[in-house]
Amino acid sequence: MKKQNPIIGIVFWTLVSFLTLFPIYWLFVISVKPAVQLFSTPELILSDPYWGNYAKVWGDRLLRSYMLNSVIISTGNAVLCTVLGFFACYALSRFNMSGKESIFFWTITNRMAPLAVFLLPLFLLMTQVYSVGEWRLLDTRIGMILVYCTFNLPFAIWTLRPTVDGIPKELDEAAYVDGASSWKVITEVVFPLCRPGLAVTLILTWVFAWNEYLLAATLTNFNARTLTTGLSEYVTTTGTEWGVMATISVFTLIPALIVFGLVQKHIVAGLTFGAVKG
Amino acid sequence: MQNAIQELGWFLLAPTLTILFFFGVLPFFYVVYVSFHSWNPFAVDPNMVFNGADNFRKIVFDPAFLNSVSVTVLFVLFAVISELIVGYLLAQAFMRDFPGKAIFRTIHTLPLIMAPIIVGSVWKLMTTPSIGIIPHYLDEWFGITMNIGTSAPAAFATIVIMDIWHWTPLVTLTLIAALVSLPPDPFEQAQIDGANKRQIFWHITLPMIAPAVVATVFIRLMDALRTVDEVWMLTGGGPGSATRFVGVHIFKEVFPKTNYGYGSTISVIVLYLTIVVCWLLYVTMLAPRSKKD
Repeated sequence: MKKQNPIIGIVFWTLVSFLTLFPIYWLFVISVKPAVQLFSTPELILSDPYWGNYAKVWGDRLLRSYMLNSVIISTGNAVLCTVLGFFACYALSRFNMSGKESIFFWTITNRMAPLAVFLLPLFLLMTQVYSVGEWRLLDTRIGMILVYCTFNLPFAIWTLRPTVDGIPKELDEAAYVDGASSWKVITEVVFPLCRPGLAVTLILTWVFAWNEYLLAATLTNFNARTLTTGLSEYVTTTGTEWGVMATISVFTLIPALIVFGLVQKHIVAGLTFGAVKG
Repeated sequence: MQNAIQELGWFLLAPTLTILFFFGVLPFFYVVYVSFHSWNPFAVDPNMVFNGADNFRKIVFDPAFLNSVSVTVLFVLFAVISELIVGYLLAQAFMRDFPGKAIFRTIHTLPLIMAPIIVGSVWKLMTTPSIGIIPHYLDEWFGITMNIGTSAPAAFATIVIMDIWHWTPLVTLTLIAALVSLPPDPFEQAQIDGANKRQIFWHITLPMIAPAVVATVFIRLMDALRTVDEVWMLTGGGPGSATRFVGVHIFKEVFPKTNYGYGSTISVIVLYLTIVVCWLLYVTMLAPRSKKD
């Protein structure tokens, strides 16, 4: 290896980091500015923050209900996908079923298809077919939890498979010999051993569900609207309230930023279906 | 015993398969079925009427749809190629020795976890004329007027740059992983033999990282073809139809017009085109390699 000057690397990557961080920083700056200041010369350094936008967003009952919907839908979906994904992976990993590799591969094609294509059929099915009497699946939290499974469940299966495969089969067998039932083996022997993988899957599916916009915008009207749709609503109806828009964006961004540190190493592997370990 | 275990396996898989059937498979067949009908619940005749391949005949000559396809293709080409080049250069720059690598890497990963709609919102705040910081300084320093609300090239370029900002980190990180795992011997040998940098890149580095590059291109391509949220947020498909990608087109055209039959046809064609693109990519990039191996 040639001897290299470390300064160049540091300077270059500081510049790259600046370009990466500046748009996010700017979002925060806009969110703490009163509307009148937006049109004057941009100030790069924050001075005298104004918290009016935050008070306004937090005080808005509609937006608070959107926030609650977002939390319920993403949490419900993440738990459902992680648990079902774990069961599916256990079946694929332990049992010698015919065609299991095709099933495994088929699940992932659900994740690859463009979501926009499914908007119309899901809208029509959820309005007319998936209903009991007066009750329709459209615009319900449970409906959104199930719809998000189309992309999150394949993802959960895809990321959990190596974890479940990595638990030695001998452990199952030993537990069976001790007289444990299949259910006990799955829930009390294998499940706890998979905890790290399950945690990563739970967090990433949660973030994906939290971030989703297109399906939520089409398949909800009022009852199950999420924070991301609230953001776009605010822009189209009262397009000039830039500070509020920035503040809702910050609210939407915060949970992702909080969990970012925990899953940072797994994001790349997650986004590339494990093709690259990152 | 063997049968009982098989049953348990299917029992564990059943919920997954059921959900994916109702929300993945059935919608697919349903949209194909509807695409052969004319159906607008708010038209004079609100019933679903079979009209054969009429919708498909219409779509071939539909300028709005064809425009959205060509805009999407242009966007995908610009975005993915730029991301590949910038990502490779950044990955190479990361291979030098300097302190603080872990921090820089963490910062670089940050955009990947952001919601596309938030990315759109962030860039809207930076580029909207009269409040955006980018048009402000372009005007003040270079006297360039940038208005994404009226200028089609400006809107298109902003979307490409936004996508580069959002997704280049993915390319960088996958390529860093590939570069780190390369053995040093071939490079030392090539240097001893007097190969120059360009020769080393084309004949040693590129062939060795090719699998990672192909995988990355594949994933970026699929995601770029799906892009809707951030564009919807930033430009809403405008000005005119300059940034109306196929996803945006479906979103904007089908639902307000409630033309469900024709909308289904658009969805089917988009899905078909996506599959064809991915298949072509697979055949041209992956198949020759596996034959060689």
